[in-house]
Amino acid sequence: MAFDAHSIAKDFPILDRTIRDGKRLVYLDSGATSQKPNVVIDAESNFYRLSNSAVHRGAHQLAEEATDAYEGARSIVANFLNAEVDEIIFTKGATESLNLVAYAMGNAEPGNRFHLIAGDSIVVTEMEHHANLIPWQQLAARTGATLKWFSVTEEGRLDLSQINTVIDETTKVVALTHQSNVLGTINPLEEITTRAHEVGAVVVLDACQSVPHMPTDVKALNIDFLAFSGHKAVGPTGIGIFWGRAELLAELPPFLTGGSMIENVTMTSATWAPAPRKFEAGVPNMAQAVGLGALTYLTSIGVENIYRHETELTAYLLAGLADIPNLRVVGPTTTENRGGAVSFTLGDIHPHDLGQYLDSQGIAVRTGHHCAWPLTRKLGVPATTRASLYLYNTTEDLDALIKGVQDAQKYFGR
Amino acid sequence: MQLDNLYQEVILDHYKNPQHKKLNATYDAQVHHVNPSCGDEITLNVTLNGDVVKDVSWDGVGCSISQASVSILTDLLIGKSLSQAQDIADSFMQLMQSKGTEKGDEEILEDAVALAGVSQYPARIKCALLGWMAFKDASVQALAKQV
Repeated sequence: MAFDAHSIAKDFPILDRTIRDGKRLVYLDSGATSQKPNVVIDAESNFYRLSNSAVHRGAHQLAEEATDAYEGARSIVANFLNAEVDEIIFTKGATESLNLVAYAMGNAEPGNRFHLIAGDSIVVTEMEHHANLIPWQQLAARTGATLKWFSVTEEGRLDLSQINTVIDETTKVVALTHQSNVLGTINPLEEITTRAHEVGAVVVLDACQSVPHMPTDVKALNIDFLAFSGHKAVGPTGIGIFWGRAELLAELPPFLTGGSMIENVTMTSATWAPAPRKFEAGVPNMAQAVGLGALTYLTSIGVENIYRHETELTAYLLAGLADIPNLRVVGPTTTENRGGAVSFTLGDIHPHDLGQYLDSQGIAVRTGHHCAWPLTRKLGVPATTRASLYLYNTTEDLDALIKGVQDAQKYFGR
Repeated sequence: MQLDNLYQEVILDHYKNPQHKKLNATYDAQVHHVNPSCGDEITLNVTLNGDVVKDVSWDGVGCSISQASVSILTDLLIGKSLSQAQDIADSFMQLMQSKGTEKGDEEILEDAVALAGVSQYPARIKCALLGWMAFKDASVQALAKQV
């Protein structure tokens, strides 16, 4: 079946509502959070209606059904990423996933491969979302390790020219984003993973902006850990994924401790269950995990088809924006190694004012520094306007945006 | 269009021609405030003469609402006593929290009544208040130095 964004949009009930006195909703903020199809809303609410019970506990049928649904969702996520089932850990979001790995490393004892000391280094990039920067800043501060980073070029690409000195023998962790949430840049991972593994470092990938939009095979990517959030992948809020290679999860200490994650407990000590349980203390966000099981919705459409659709839309948008005077795209201006997060500035019109005007036309965009303040500072733009695309967007949405931007120029030029 | 309530001519005029937007080299107190959710930043200097606001100067980046609001503030508060400035600031705060139910007293707020429309846009109230919070902070610091 051919990819048809108009018919896909019909699966998303919110796209039927109107905005600001009857305007059609043009939703271009999927990079912040995606909208939800009926299958996800139903999966989550049906869990509460029919199967709600604490998983992995209880000697009753509901507990069995809830556990099956929860573990079934884990299998779905594993298949989606080409991972092993026991490598999939449910968290409350990508921010928690990234904090989990950073704090867990901080808990490592001497002798553990994740134990960090002064003289070790952690490498990030200048284009990281705060969620993949601050946990590493904090880990460096707690352990005495040095934080280093790859800078970003004017074109919005990583500057890898100094890769052999940025990643060196002291490097224990390289943490970077797969796709920038501001620039749309898709980073070249092979060179980085090769160099990182050469010096014995692990690679942590923030895949929030890539997993929902392009086929992701954790084995082929040659990475060690990965994080993404369900709500950006048409799933519910309150559920995220932390993935790690099995042998690394075996060595990584736990982050949160408590119920469910133990093997044995006495008054003075405890031992840990194997992964994934070791990293899932407490009663998890079950209904949300089950809702994320609706990743099968994306599989049925074909993630490669979604990627192609978004690439076509991105090319259309970049071409349309290029014709607008005083508009500057912040990030790559072609679709080569680029996703559908498109940030731009518009002369003297501040992004908040532009965003407010677009909102008056029913168009939802994000404005500001997009939780990547060091990046926008580096690029000399205190704030940008960002349109971010997904499977339900159409060229009509982009026409509305382009016209809205042009009309805003007239509105504020008066 | 409802948007016209937000973007009145007075606001766009102040945005294009901001008043006192050049930091005075001498001051009693200088503060730097940011709006971490959007990246707006302001540096604001206050000079007092006894209990009179002798000078307010500023520099910063931000949207038309935040920039116009601080520009209007300088016109309003320079030359006023601190207690008058406090009354004006209280009146402005009340207007911002009115959710569109108040127009503002033009006798007290002068050009600042043009910002009344902001109160209908909850996400923008903090833009309008950025400069006012900076002034409050700076004037308290400046006053403390007099003791």
